[in-house]
Amino acid sequence: MHTRRTVIAALAFAVVAASPIAQAQDKSIVVASTTSTQDSGLFEYLLPIVKQKLGITVKVVAQGTGQALDTGRRGDADVVFVHAKSAEQKFLAEGQSTKRYPVMYNDFVLIGPKSDPAGIKGMKDVSKAFTAIKDKQASFISRGDRSGTHIAELNLWKDSGIDIEKDKGPWYKSIGQGMGAALNTAGASNAYVLSDRGTWINFKNKGDLEILVEGDKRMFNQYGVMLVNPEKHPNVKKELGQQFIDYLVSPEGQKDIANYKINGQQLFYPNANDPGA
Amino acid sequence: MGDGSALHLVLTGDPALFAIVELSLLVSLSAVLLAAVIGVPIGALLALTRFRGREIVIVVLNAMMGLPPVVVGLAIFLALSRSGPLGAWGLLFTPQAMVIAQTVLVAPIIAALSRQTIEDLWAEYREELAAMNIGPVRRVATLIWDARFSLVTALLAGFGRAAAEVGAIIIVGGNIDGFTRTMTTAIALETSKGDLPLAVGLGMVLIAIVVVINALAWGVRRSAERVAG
Amino acid sequence: MRAPSTDLPIVIVDASVVAGQTTILNRLTLTFSAGAPSVLIGPNGSGKTTLLRAAMGLIPLTRGRITWAGREEAAPERRAIVFQRPAMLRRSTGGNVRYALAAAGVPRAKRHERAAELLKLVGLEGLARRPARRLSGGEQQRLALARALARDPALLFLDEPTASLDPAAIKAIEDIIRSISARGVKVIMSTHDLGQARRLAGDVTLLHRGRLIEQAPADEFFSAPRTQEGAKFIAGELLV
Repeated sequence: MHTRRTVIAALAFAVVAASPIAQAQDKSIVVASTTSTQDSGLFEYLLPIVKQKLGITVKVVAQGTGQALDTGRRGDADVVFVHAKSAEQKFLAEGQSTKRYPVMYNDFVLIGPKSDPAGIKGMKDVSKAFTAIKDKQASFISRGDRSGTHIAELNLWKDSGIDIEKDKGPWYKSIGQGMGAALNTAGASNAYVLSDRGTWINFKNKGDLEILVEGDKRMFNQYGVMLVNPEKHPNVKKELGQQFIDYLVSPEGQKDIANYKINGQQLFYPNANDPGA
Repeated sequence: MGDGSALHLVLTGDPALFAIVELSLLVSLSAVLLAAVIGVPIGALLALTRFRGREIVIVVLNAMMGLPPVVVGLAIFLALSRSGPLGAWGLLFTPQAMVIAQTVLVAPIIAALSRQTIEDLWAEYREELAAMNIGPVRRVATLIWDARFSLVTALLAGFGRAAAEVGAIIIVGGNIDGFTRTMTTAIALETSKGDLPLAVGLGMVLIAIVVVINALAWGVRRSAERVAG
Repeated sequence: MRAPSTDLPIVIVDASVVAGQTTILNRLTLTFSAGAPSVLIGPNGSGKTTLLRAAMGLIPLTRGRITWAGREEAAPERRAIVFQRPAMLRRSTGGNVRYALAAAGVPRAKRHERAAELLKLVGLEGLARRPARRLSGGEQQRLALARALARDPALLFLDEPTASLDPAAIKAIEDIIRSISARGVKVIMSTHDLGQARRLAGDVTLLHRGRLIEQAPADEFFSAPRTQEGAKFIAGELLV
């Protein structure tokens, strides 16, 4: 009987001791970002550097862009770091943040099976590729999750003059999941999918898939970072959050970002200095 | 990387893997203990008292055993969000939130199984305890003690449920690397990243734990037979 | 000799127990006094078990009164009962007795020794470690008796204590009943074995369909029953 009571007391203590009361003392922030960014491996590389240089522990909650911004709206994150400029500007307009900082860009690539049923390999014009896919009714996987990638995909359909809501058929599969899941699904069903380059390089289950179209300027993917407005959410750790943002856009931070490579290939191109970004 | 690396990670006690396993066990164990503290007394109360609406409560409790984890996760997420009623506690995206979610999932199981066990034993013991003039407090203590093997089995069932679920804890925990990433959420993540060897390695550990739980349950039944006949 | 029971005499006046549509005990008036064992006899369903439970204070009367030494409330500290099919606690044989001792307020330090004594008394020494549920029918009956005796009762109710036991076991239990009765414990028991009634009874109570047919000192009843049913019952005829 006594042992049982001791075990319960010990565990209760353990739970309490690890409680937020203890955590409030350590320097940490919650950053809402996207699954694509996480899947690219950037955070695994960058966060230890941040910890070492700033002494801040960054906790990344990775979701779709829409979800990440909503997390900021609810005050459950201190910083949002996503890649969908129109959605970010809406966030600003709502007063959920007071300033947007461009950080870096990477690009999207159009992935598809080696067999290339729509015959788009090597095309320089991405809207021609999208049109070909629709005309051939070739299998296409959409993330369908309000993520930056999803929004970019929708914009590309629009640029191609296609009303995808009207023109979609059974060939267009909207899965409502992250980039990795979309790539898995595309690989398993010999389908086309739009992916960010970072996730693609880091993806370990490529199978028969390869990059078929890349380089079109419309496929560039801009990242922005914002501090959640402390006036709307007093719990936001504004000093630490701002320190993190300042680091990202500083020359040193920008160099660290550029230095992130997979297989010798740079993934992200820092452009905090670009006013139009 | 082939499956060789999964086994390699497991056998060499890779520290990242170890940290994930440790967090998983801590979260699920805490949840089961809390759920027991809540669930066993409720089960005993339902078994031993009679009141209007008791049958309905029992039906509801049994139904709650089948609560979908994602739904529980969503409900607790909304409650713990800074914009939610309990936001001031600041518990979202922490291990504590995961413990809370799993406690909600497991407590009905433990309560329902405790109720059944204690009610059955009470039917057996009722007359004898009355004849020995046993008061209500001692009666409850006797029933819980004599039913301890079945109750432990119920706890093991609860632990199995907690350790295996991913829907609730991924929502309320946020699957944060190094903080709220457990075996199940890590498997989900690594699978979606296409890093199957690591996912498989974690899956092997998880299955090993499930096997151990079942072995323990079997051991408990054997002890029960040996001691109590 | 134990101090005589403070619950005697048990005076039952116009007592009825009704469950739903069934009248189990029908306006009984009788008395149990100190002394040699009182034995209840009668066909199955005559109400013997219910009468024992009512006299023990376990079940309430629907009508009528029952008093213990003039008191209305049952205070069962020195009363004990052995049911017809006793339930074994999920513990060892010794554990069952120790539990009963604890329930009776015996201090922890004395329980082990006292349990050993009781097990020896009922002939179960050596089985102390065995799980009670693995004892044979006769052994379980004896264990239930040991549990009852653990309460140091001055008043002991036994419901068919030797039903479905073999003759050797029956003899063992009857010997125990005789010896504790000799030590001053009042035994009130039921049986459907007339021979047992003859062997053990100081007085006999015959029940039939919930009614009291006859209550008399044993030798009077068996030599010259006052009622027709009594005579028929002794002769071994079926009372319908």
